[in-house]
Amino acid sequence: MHLPDGFLDAKTALLSTGAAAAGVGLALRQVRRTLEPRQMPMLGLAAAFVFAAQMLNFPVAGGTSGHLVGGVLTAILLGPAAAVLVMTCVLMVQCLVFNDGGLLALGANVFNMAIVNACGGYFVFRVLKGVMRMEKNRATVFAAAFAGWFGTVLASITCAGQLALSDQSPWSAAFPAMALVHIVIGVGEGLATGLITMAALRARPELVAGTGGGVWAGMGGMGGMGIMKQRLAGTGGGVCAHGGGFLGYGLLIALGLVVFVAPFACPWPDGLEAVAKSLGFANQSAPPLIKGPVSEYRLPFISSMAAATAVAGVIGALLAFVGAYGLARFLAPDLEAAKKDAPRGSNFEV
Amino acid sequence: MKYETGCTALHRASPRVKLVAALILVTGTALLPRRLGPVYFAPAAVLGGLWLASRMPLRYTLRRLLPAQTFILGIALLSLFSPSARPGFPATVTKSNLCILALLVLGWTTPFPELLQALRRLRLPSVMLTTLALMCRYLPVLAEEARRMERARASRTFSRKRRIAWQNLGAILGRLFVRTADRAERIYLAMCARGWR
Repeated sequence: MHLPDGFLDAKTALLSTGAAAAGVGLALRQVRRTLEPRQMPMLGLAAAFVFAAQMLNFPVAGGTSGHLVGGVLTAILLGPAAAVLVMTCVLMVQCLVFNDGGLLALGANVFNMAIVNACGGYFVFRVLKGVMRMEKNRATVFAAAFAGWFGTVLASITCAGQLALSDQSPWSAAFPAMALVHIVIGVGEGLATGLITMAALRARPELVAGTGGGVWAGMGGMGGMGIMKQRLAGTGGGVCAHGGGFLGYGLLIALGLVVFVAPFACPWPDGLEAVAKSLGFANQSAPPLIKGPVSEYRLPFISSMAAATAVAGVIGALLAFVGAYGLARFLAPDLEAAKKDAPRGSNFEV
Repeated sequence: MKYETGCTALHRASPRVKLVAALILVTGTALLPRRLGPVYFAPAAVLGGLWLASRMPLRYTLRRLLPAQTFILGIALLSLFSPSARPGFPATVTKSNLCILALLVLGWTTPFPELLQALRRLRLPSVMLTTLALMCRYLPVLAEEARRMERARASRTFSRKRRIAWQNLGAILGRLFVRTADRAERIYLAMCARGWR
């Protein structure tokens, strides 16, 4: 999903850089307000952890393998504000040192992968975790697995929107291609997110932010006390718990979807022109915006692809939901029950 | 991360100037019109000159450029579906490669710590600077730790089943996260002992 340079035009690059800057600024403000000095190193270490985690390959079918992206996982483990900063730093190093993703496209990549992926996924995680009537740890694993899938697909959709907005490829080709690929890739990401969350929960449940503790509470000599206090007070863990940042990130993601995706997702053929006219830029910047959808009628099978992709998305979401449920139901430890039996470790310890 | 220290004029130039120049070069190249034309010779000539001046080996350049091609071609292929964007295909691929070359020259001539200094001069917030610095310091450590755990797993589990492999990898990474959190705490104590803030 790392966009290289040369694909975005000036307007899209500017828009997405602005959105990314707003998101990172919000995250910085929250982290500055709530982060204690002793929690500072964890941000850098978490960024290194994401990088190191990307080095281990998960075997996929036929000798191929894939690796974790880690945005949603970071948000679950550390909270969304910290995750935005961590993923931004990861993307900066990937761009500057490993030439993965472009410099001008950095804003777009940060928006897609640090904000839409991490915060969008985290939002779904919190909602699902609250809704599911399961044992607490199982609900966490289930929500983590589904959120991992969801965040990946959502980020791929804004990425397709950015490509279409810069007239790089028509929405009717970019959307199916990006979304279909990531509906499949997202399964791996969701599975890995669920499994890693499960392992972290098993090893040290108080470290996982999404469960009400958080690394922040778990660190330092008085960590245990902090957790107890937080649990008793009923506050969620993570840096962001106190910030009310949901609103900010939610608005930002909604704005991104409106700007990058909505002009194309309109089912009426001339919906785009209406949007362009109502926004008043039909005359100025119309050509790149309008040519895409017009040209798609010459390739009818492709324009029906967008509808097919939406159907595939719904089916994929259902499958991911069932899969995540199965993962949580049959694999996740029932920690409450496990406590009564013998203490269970992971399959091996190093 | 390994850095070869070179001694060309480009290596000695101020990292801040290099970073800003790379940004300008990348922006200029990426925003060129979407049709191959004589105007593409300008950034190509500049980058060619910089590449020669930086004495970056050809093999290293190709080894870093080739893996990026899958991404570039994959996304560029999408433009073939649109009659209006189709003529831009060769231009887009050229642009992307020129931009990557610019970043490669930047990375080759500027060690990351120097880039961090440049970012500090450019007023990147201190939280992010500390995060970036710690990340680059501990990335090799954690990568080695991950590899060690993976080696330990490989020598202890014999299953070829994919399900077991995924579960084990999940366990490794979950455990790695716990170790990372513990390490962060030790690092904080070490930082305090050395007079941080």
